[in-house]
Amino acid sequence: MSSTSAAGDVTQAFTRRRVVRDELIGLYGVVERNVYLTKRYLLWDLAFLLWTVANTLTIVFIARGVGVGAAERNALETKLLVGGVIWAFLGIIFEIVTETVAWERWEGTIEYTFMAPVSRPVHLIGMGVYAVLYGLVRAAAVFAAVVAFIGIHVPHANYGAALALLAIASISFIGVGMMTAVLPLVSPEKGTQLGFVAQGLMLVVSGVYYPVSVLPGWMQWVAKVSPATYALRGNRRQILSGAGLAWADVWPLLVIGAVSIPLGLAVFKAGERYAKKRGKLKRSG
Amino acid sequence: MSVPAVEVRDLEKVFYRRKGLVGRRPRAALNRVSLTIERGECVAILGQNGSGKSTLVRLLSTLLLPDGGEARVFGYDVFRQARVVRRLVNRVSVEASFFKKMSAAENLSYAARFYGMAPSETRREIPRILERVGFPASRRGEAMENLSRGMQQKVALARALLTSPVLLLLDEPTTGLDPRSKQEVQTFIREMRERHDATILLCTHDMKEAEELADRVGLLDRGELLFLEPVADVLDRYEVDTLEEAFFVATGRTFEDEKTEEDEEREVFA
Repeated sequence: MSSTSAAGDVTQAFTRRRVVRDELIGLYGVVERNVYLTKRYLLWDLAFLLWTVANTLTIVFIARGVGVGAAERNALETKLLVGGVIWAFLGIIFEIVTETVAWERWEGTIEYTFMAPVSRPVHLIGMGVYAVLYGLVRAAAVFAAVVAFIGIHVPHANYGAALALLAIASISFIGVGMMTAVLPLVSPEKGTQLGFVAQGLMLVVSGVYYPVSVLPGWMQWVAKVSPATYALRGNRRQILSGAGLAWADVWPLLVIGAVSIPLGLAVFKAGERYAKKRGKLKRSG
Repeated sequence: MSVPAVEVRDLEKVFYRRKGLVGRRPRAALNRVSLTIERGECVAILGQNGSGKSTLVRLLSTLLLPDGGEARVFGYDVFRQARVVRRLVNRVSVEASFFKKMSAAENLSYAARFYGMAPSETRREIPRILERVGFPASRRGEAMENLSRGMQQKVALARALLTSPVLLLLDEPTTGLDPRSKQEVQTFIREMRERHDATILLCTHDMKEAEELADRVGLLDRGELLFLEPVADVLDRYEVDTLEEAFFVATGRTFEDEKTEEDEEREVFA
């Protein structure tokens, strides 16, 4: 139907001319809001960081109990540390992207956000961008704290390559996070907790604290489609022996990212449609 | 020819309540509702809790998908052209709904970005609009959780005004407010019509408010629109003196009557 109203004409022209600009401002708005919230909850975030450091130390201290020489022990500690840091990084990405729905539902703002004209991909990617930036800062802090506390020696570490690989892996992590972000839409009561299940499943097959080769054969096959496998493998080499970005780690991550982002968006779109059909956006349970 | 601001035809929405492990019991929140609102008009929809008022607002806000019928806003299909409709519509509901640790200015910035407002625009517009709704400048940076319900509702009005909606959906905007705050909200609604040429759909169970603000008043009861006419026509039709009496004649119940189990279930969803 062609609209002859002034409102209609203005809207069409507005949409055509400014859609890209408006979407970018929307993306900035999501990141900006998360910065505001981080500032307001800074002390809580610091307490949570302390918990993550303690948790990582618990894992890394396991290496101290193994009867091996100093050099081997240092290597084992570093491997466990990389596993712990990536676990924490992935946890933050899943937590923040899942909060796209969960936090807004808790605050009661979800309906206002979902009736705004920003597109859902931009909304979700905005959450992902913030999650990666915040997660990288946090991962670096956990790494530095544990290295300093235990006295791990990583003289050859290639931090630039490690951060670059983590950033590439983040594309896939965000895609998976988008799929779990839909869970609080489907189940307001239990959806958020199910996000942690996805995180746990991804890491159990990815060799977080052990080589993938110790897993049963079928799990090793599953490990091949987990982005965490390549992030862990690459990061360990980069931190232990100063390796650069290896194409063997990068291309699987790019392929998984190219699949997981559109798949994540499609899953979220289907979940949003279900929630709108069943009236689940309203419920604050 | 002017396109109506809102056109709703045979709109249906059914919610289901789980019954046992696999069973589902349907409850019609809206049952073939049809109505038209002309541009610049203020229409009030009256009804008890669970009558379907909020469901109607949520459908027009693109927050629900219907089970039948159609709805258009300024000629745009609400369900197929949702993104265009979202640019034209905003809403103020009974709950102010903000990030409680963030300030009024931060919450407004967040909302404005989703409507394409850059920081340079919000730095100029937010203080201006907050001043217009009577929000004290000294409290702009204060966390929302420290503001009274009346103050929070002013920020909710500012949020709606900030995006310059041509259709404003008001879902019980004065429920729970003290008399002064209620008066301020009602003044704001009049201003929105007079200064901004906004079309307003006001859902309320305050009959006096409906009578004072609206050009036409509708009654939604158990998902069915029983009438939508100017107040004088309603009173003439039912040969009564007040809208409350009209409600009684039209439904056979008073506003305060005890609800049936079916009404209670409907209230949860609708």
